[in-house]
Amino acid sequence: MSEMQKTIEIEVLRYHPEKDREPHRQVFEVPFTDDMSVLQGVQYIKDYLDGSLSFRWSCRMAICGSCGMMINGIPSLSCQTFLRDYYPARVRVEALAHFPIERDLVINMEGFIEKLESIQPYIIPKEERTLAQGEYLQTPEQLNAYEQFSSCINCLLCYAACPQFGLNSSFIGPAATALLHRYNVDSRDGGKAERMELINSEEGVFNCTAVGYCSEVCPKHVDPANAVNQNKTNSAADYFLRFLAPKGGAK
Amino acid sequence: MSKRRPYVRSMDGWWRKNPFFVEYMIHEGTALFVAAYAGVLLTGLYRLSQGEAAWNAWLAALKNPWYIAFHLAALAALTYHSYTWFKIMPRTMPPVVVGGERLPGWVITAGGLAAAAASCLGLLALVWGMAR
Ligand code: SF4
Ligand code: FES
Repeated sequence: MSEMQKTIEIEVLRYHPEKDREPHRQVFEVPFTDDMSVLQGVQYIKDYLDGSLSFRWSCRMAICGSCGMMINGIPSLSCQTFLRDYYPARVRVEALAHFPIERDLVINMEGFIEKLESIQPYIIPKEERTLAQGEYLQTPEQLNAYEQFSSCINCLLCYAACPQFGLNSSFIGPAATALLHRYNVDSRDGGKAERMELINSEEGVFNCTAVGYCSEVCPKHVDPANAVNQNKTNSAADYFLRFLAPKGGAK
Repeated sequence: MSKRRPYVRSMDGWWRKNPFFVEYMIHEGTALFVAAYAGVLLTGLYRLSQGEAAWNAWLAALKNPWYIAFHLAALAALTYHSYTWFKIMPRTMPPVVVGGERLPGWVITAGGLAAAAASCLGLLALVWGMAR
């Protein structure tokens, strides 16, 4: 070991439901090197200081979307955030805001999974095609229309950035709306009318007050705020157009 | 029995926890000045409908230093409001495609700000011309 090992303080919001009535802070002293991510710092705590610390991670390369945490109050992927940007100051980590804490840095994401299911995140073919008819063709422009919204990794940073979701957890929220939009604007899809019912509902896009922070924190440049706000216009058009051309079925 | 007891954190004072939210609240707050100024203009219109004497009294009242101070404050608030409003504008609209390329957000913001500045100057020039 070199003459003096540098260390950094990591303050973690702990919560163990079987013994804690509410979350509390605990500070750990962690050996610091220049190339360490916040995730590696937290992993050091679990491996060497306190094995009971719980958190989620998998890929370590901003792909899987499981390591989201509040780092100094900002929703961030902990594998993509580096301790050197805080050193020598203390770093504060906490479970993603606006979600119930299951244990330590692990949030309860059941609500989001339900929303994801409800938007039917798959192509509902416009027309059935036989194998003999071959593949569905798409022009680069048609791909452009949805590609950005298909980059979402379900990391939920955008929900931790959305105060309206924090105040009303039934709001369908940024990522689910971005994914909904991704399928609605896909030239192969024919499920728009069904999905619009969700957009128009009490849980839909009008919960959004255009704070815009969701798009700011998104690590994949999905711009979920854009999907939400484009659908406000779509929803209004949907509302007025049905007076002109009643289709029935709209609630 | 399940040991699960998901803990829900309070949202009290949420807007103070992040500078982005503070800016958002200031932006929303400046909208009050927009409403107040609409009130001022409507009052003027109402006074005009009451005849020349009422209109002149209203004009004189506008020269009150408090009223002038309010105008300066409203100018600052509305400038900030338009700036933040155009900043968020690219996020709220469908993509603008020019020659097969998507227009970057800052171009839309700059375009909005330029249009706002041009219409303010145009209005000012018009009123100036009429007053002379
Ligand atoms: S939209 Fe962005 S921030 Fe939200 S879940 Fe998807 S990748 Fe994460
Ligand atoms: S560990 Fe997979 S995104 Fe960070």
